[in-house]
Amino acid sequence: MSNKTATHSEAATEFLKDAERATWHDETLWFVRSKRDRAVQQIPEWEALREAASQIKDHTLSKLDDYLCEFEKNATANGITIHWAADAVEHNKIVHSILQMHNAKYVVKSKSMLTEECKLNSYLKEQGVTVVDSDLGEYIVQLREEHPSHIVLPAIHLKKQDVSDTFHQHLQTEKDNTDEVYLTRAARDVLRQNFIHADVAITGVNFAVAETGGFVVCTNEGNADLGVHANKVHIACMGFEKIIPRADHLAVFLRLLTRSATGQPITTYSSHFTRPKQGQEMHIVIVDNGRTEQLGRPEFRNSLKCIRCAACFNTCPVYRRSGGHSYHTSIAGPIGSILAPNMDMRTNADLPFASTLCGSCSNVCPVKINIHEQLWEWRQTLMKEGYGGAAKTASMRVMATVLSNPKLFRLSGSIVRSVMRLMPWSINNKMNPWYNQRELPTPPKESFNEWYKKQINE
Amino acid sequence: MSSRDLILSAIQKNKPAEKPLPVYNFADNPVDVVETFINVLTAIGSACSKVKYFDAVTSFLQANTQEGKRMIQAIPSLPDCNGQTYATTGAAALADVHTIAIMGSLAVAENGCIWLSESDMMNRLFPFICERLVLVINASAIVPTMHEAYATIKTNKDGYGVFIAGPSKTADIEQSLVIGAHGPLSLQVFIVAD
Repeated sequence: MSNKTATHSEAATEFLKDAERATWHDETLWFVRSKRDRAVQQIPEWEALREAASQIKDHTLSKLDDYLCEFEKNATANGITIHWAADAVEHNKIVHSILQMHNAKYVVKSKSMLTEECKLNSYLKEQGVTVVDSDLGEYIVQLREEHPSHIVLPAIHLKKQDVSDTFHQHLQTEKDNTDEVYLTRAARDVLRQNFIHADVAITGVNFAVAETGGFVVCTNEGNADLGVHANKVHIACMGFEKIIPRADHLAVFLRLLTRSATGQPITTYSSHFTRPKQGQEMHIVIVDNGRTEQLGRPEFRNSLKCIRCAACFNTCPVYRRSGGHSYHTSIAGPIGSILAPNMDMRTNADLPFASTLCGSCSNVCPVKINIHEQLWEWRQTLMKEGYGGAAKTASMRVMATVLSNPKLFRLSGSIVRSVMRLMPWSINNKMNPWYNQRELPTPPKESFNEWYKKQINE
Repeated sequence: MSSRDLILSAIQKNKPAEKPLPVYNFADNPVDVVETFINVLTAIGSACSKVKYFDAVTSFLQANTQEGKRMIQAIPSLPDCNGQTYATTGAAALADVHTIAIMGSLAVAENGCIWLSESDMMNRLFPFICERLVLVINASAIVPTMHEAYATIKTNKDGYGVFIAGPSKTADIEQSLVIGAHGPLSLQVFIVAD
């Protein structure tokens, strides 16, 4: 779902205007990437684990309907109610209908990118329901009426002073107290009351296990568990690709997930929900929302293997230097850029171009999704379908003509070299977006071809 | 057609040709599991003591009682276990509990986590609601990696189970690590020699 007000490159231009903050963002995410590397290097079988995870996911996608039915059967036997939602609207209606059954007005929600994708918060607000996001980063962006800019580090676009200002305004903390422990404790005190006095808890799902009909939620803060165990109703929302066949497969995925995400050996809490506790009701909403379509696109279907670790975000030179909000979708970064065009090609046509195709995303992906190749594939598809824009179409046509004609290529080369030497202002000007934040190299007097011919003649 | 049937039939139509499950064996190289466990656990912000007898745990908990802080002791094999009294108590009535002690059934050396099944913890809120969590495990219950862990535990034995690795934490404010987010502010682990 889109929050688009500008294209990626327009929004990135804005982001880069604050050079100091942009540099901080770049360096901080690279620091997280480095922590990932250190954690990974301690596991000699890392590559074999990635391969195993990739193959388990491939297998699961090839028998997805069977595993979903097995999961449904076992979860139902465990006393969990299963709901199916074809799209975001149906998902939101199902959640609301469960709330209505319990006359629930206050909801605590732990991190769930699916509910971001479905825009559940704003839907429930319209229905008169108060939703509090209990993950600290999500709580901060919710108070600011923003969206998470990163799927694992929702408030990574903010500095301590921003959080201090936000908490001063909403929680009456001391003005300009930027101590992270002070601010975290302030949020802890407020959210404690929310956990205790809510009517319903909503969580996401990291892994749903067909064999047991149970599911796993991974957090560091303990917010998902406090919300769930303190309340009478638990609703867990999942995209259908969260399914895995067996409980012992969790070993592979839990070893990969957090090391890839933050460089921790595992999250503080890996909670396994199988049956509701006595007196509690448990619901799971299984959501499609475009996923069956993605499954039907052979070149893009393995994007459904994603376990949402965000390693591709942290390593991406474009993400680090443009910020998550530039992507105008619930999931930013390289993986978001291959998921979003499936949902809406027109709105998200800019995203597959927000990449250098360097391939670092594919190299760090714990389930071996060929992210950069899919970005390239989307570019082909989008240009063919006419979503490339007139400028890109025209310039590609000129390029194709010049590059396929050796004489024309030599002539253009020599003209451009002369122009760059004699009239650099004709290229180094504000009309040329390529020149923003870049310097052009000094053009050589002759081409390699000309130089080579001279060498032979001498 | 219901959404369920629509989704399942669309998947059936769009899914790729069947691929096999991989065969793998990640049995770990022999490591000193106790030392590895202690090192990892300490690195992720937990206190950890290796003790010879359960008496050391009892003394630690008694010192806590002397400080006048509210405590729940949920280890039936130790003196003063009062966990069952609060097995169905709700969050509001537990919010001021300072220390809760629980016996874990398994621990993992590679990542410092301890497995608690619902029957170990007595009340699902116990590991999360207190300020200080005390977890006790037998040294012989430490396995090298998650593979051995899942080969040993049964995730659906009880209705709920959790791997806990360290005290709750967050780095959501400018990536500065804060130990103690919504769950316990500290974790004390006792490893009891067999």
